[in-house]
Formats: sequence, C-alpha cells, structure tokens
Amino acid sequence: MNETSKVLSVSDITRQIKQSLEQRFSRVWIQGEISNFKRHTSGHLYFTLKDEGAQLSATMWRSRVASLLFTPEDGMKVIARGSITVYPPRGNYQIDVEQLTPVGIGELQVAFDRLKRRLAAEGLFDESRKRPLPRFPERIGVITSETGAALQDIRTVLSRRFPSVEVVLIAVPVQGAGASDEIARALTEMNRYGNVHVIIVGRGGGSMEDLWAFNEEVVARAIAGSRIPVVSAVGHEIDFTIADFVADLRAPTPSAAAEMVVPDRTELLELIRNYEYTMRRNALQLIAENRERVQGLLSSYAFNRPKDILREFVQKLDDLVRVQAMTAHRLYERAHDTHLSLQKRLAGLSPQGILQRGYAIVRRGEAVITRAGLLKRQDETTIQFQDGSVKAKVQ
Amino acid sequence: MGTKKTQKDSFESSLKRLESIVESLEGGKVSLDEAVGLYEEGIKLSRDCAERLKATELKIRRLAKSAGDDLEVTDVEEG
Repeated sequence: MNETSKVLSVSDITRQIKQSLEQRFSRVWIQGEISNFKRHTSGHLYFTLKDEGAQLSATMWRSRVASLLFTPEDGMKVIARGSITVYPPRGNYQIDVEQLTPVGIGELQVAFDRLKRRLAAEGLFDESRKRPLPRFPERIGVITSETGAALQDIRTVLSRRFPSVEVVLIAVPVQGAGASDEIARALTEMNRYGNVHVIIVGRGGGSMEDLWAFNEEVVARAIAGSRIPVVSAVGHEIDFTIADFVADLRAPTPSAAAEMVVPDRTELLELIRNYEYTMRRNALQLIAENRERVQGLLSSYAFNRPKDILREFVQKLDDLVRVQAMTAHRLYERAHDTHLSLQKRLAGLSPQGILQRGYAIVRRGEAVITRAGLLKRQDETTIQFQDGSVKAKVQ
Repeated sequence: MGTKKTQKDSFESSLKRLESIVESLEGGKVSLDEAVGLYEEGIKLSRDCAERLKATELKIRRLAKSAGDDLEVTDVEEG
C-alpha cells in the first residue's frame, strides 16, 4: 500500500490540514468586504470577508479590537491582516484578524484622524520631543524602497550638495501588505546598527492608500522610539502622514529631506575660506599692532630715560666744569686784587712812603730811635726826611 | 562596529574648534604667542575641513540582516 491509499481518520486528516494551512498562511493580508458583522457581548468581533467569488469567516479578539481606528460596518471594504486557523470540531477554517485597515478615502480619513488624535493625546507629537538634527551628519540612514523615486531623489541631492557623506540604506517595501511592519523593523534595525547620525524615512508620491503605511501606528511608534533623529519624507508637499507628525522633522519631499539633512558643500567651503581669511587678517593685524607697540615703546619717554639721564649727566658735568672754571678764574682775580691792594698797602708801609707823608726817622748812629725816652740831652742824632738828612742835637 | 579606520575628530568638532579659534583671534584678546599658535592650528584645521569636503562621489551602502540576526553593511553598486 502506498502513502496515498492509506486510510486516515477524520481527526488525522483535519490535524494535517490544520498544520498545513496554519503553517502556510500564518501571516496574510486579505482584502474583502465586511458582511454579517456582529459584535459579541464578550467584545470579540465576528464577521465574514467576501468578494464576488468567495467568502471567509473572520474573528477579531477583544484585545485587538481596542486598537481599531474605525468602526467596521457591513459593506465596508477592508484589508485584514492575520493568520488562517482551522477549527477541527466544525471542520472549517477562518482568519484570526490582528489588524483591520479600511480601504477607501472616507474610511482611511476617519482612521487617520482617530490615530492622530490618540497619539497627539499621548504627547507623541509634542514639540519638546523633537530633537535637533546634527549639523554635519557623516552617515545618513535611509529607509525607503530600493527601486522608488525617493532613493533616486535623495541620491541626486546628496551628490550635488554634500557628496562626502555616506548613505546607509535599508531597503523596504513602502506600500502594500506588510509595508508598515517592514518600515518599523527597519527603524529598529537602523537604531541597532547605530552608526548613522540621522535617518530619512519615506517614499515618493502616491494615493492615500499608497502612502498608508506611514499612517500606521507601528511606524509612528518606531519613529518615536528611535534614538537617532528621524526626518520623514513622504509623498509630496501636500501629503501629511502620521509619520510626519511624530518625526523630528517633516520634509515635504524626499529631495527636500536630503536638502535639510546636509549643508551645502559650496557654502561650507566658502565659509572655511572666510575663516581662513579672517584668521590671516587678524593675525596680520595683531602682528602690526605689536610692531607698532614695540616701536611706540622704543620711542617712549620711559624707554629713552637712560639716554636722557646720560645726557643730563653730561650736561651737569659740563656745567660743573664751567662752574669750576668760573670759580677758579674768580678766585684768581680775587687773589690778584688782594695782591695789588696788599702791594699798595705794603708800599704805604715802606719808610720812603712814610717820609713822603711828612714823617721823619730819627737815628742815633745807626739805631732808629722809636721812643722819646731813648734820647738824652746832648745826644747827636740824624733826622732823615724824604729829601735828605740833617744833624741835630737834643736839648 | 566600526566601519573604517578609527575616526579622528569629526568634521563637526573640527569645524567648531576652527570657529572658536576664529572668534578668539577676532576678539583680539590673545597674546601674540597665543595668536601665532592659534593661527597655525586654525589654518591646519581649515585645510583639513576643506580636504574632507573634497570627496565627490556619494557612497551608498546597504544594511541588511546577514545569517542569524547580525546586521551587515554591503556596498551598493551604482544603479
């Protein structure tokens, strides 16, 4: 007997089907229309997803219902994410829904507004949470599709503006089933890698459905949880996503994001040239000022004091010499005068001078008689006058 | 997980130092000796900064999980 002809019990085949289906469809995205919608008193949701050709039972457990951003209704088009499970007692299969996203602008807008309000209330959009971008990132993390326009635009701008940076890319799908999970995981991985200074996360333009991944809570949380500053760059100028509100900086487009994260190389080179110029000018000026100061000192009073002092001394010396000469001369003259007067006086004292003034000299023999008492009667004397002598006898 | 040779000062810190040197020199409150030292350092920094801006080819590398849970960076060829 070969394998195919082996007889199985209902339970056996059901177990095999369960195993096979649950393994194969553990994570699926299914688009369909809601019908037979029921909210059980327990809080669980039961409904059917259908399209023109088929239908699929769906359940959503209460714990997951809490994260719903809209109220499901019959007729609403949705994308359900979940896993296929088999329920052996009934012999049927169903989808265990983890996440339900509306399709269609109206429903999307409602979901968007609701998540936005909720995250805003949590403070995730607060200005105080926004971090400044580094001035000069050397490595830039980029999370986007490898084939999309966003990467091309970012590359073009960076190549033109600041090519000395390095881009570290994590390629992710940016729309469709599972895109939001991939983007969120990429953000976590970029943080784990850690060797980038700023992260750009985004994609090019598209419809609201195309951009929807950036409106998912899981992406918002990943951005909020990033240690590295995040710039969101989703779609065009007019498109606002939840990611934009959470990001540290919202760029209107991917090109703009690239412009915002790096400075302009040409401007920076210009700046550096200016710095060099300023330094040179200031250094030269400082040298000139110092030279002036030195010259100022050289010609200053203080610096020239020694010379002045010397000059003063020389002058004083000259003066002294002059004074000395003058004094000597005066002393000589005075001596000379004294000499003359003395001579005159001496001349006045000579016997001849005295005789000329009318005095006479009395002698006895050779002796000059200076007192009357020295003469006796009858002494023979000679009286000398200026013009001659006569003999006289004392009586 | 260094990607290349140990980095010297980052461009940012070099430029910051350069800015503070320019400021000091402009303030005119430094001595001539100091100024000469600052000027030499400043010129060296400005040359260094300008040099670092010279690279003209943007480098793009891809970060992805390799075997296990490790992250691996690989070069992306120009597309």
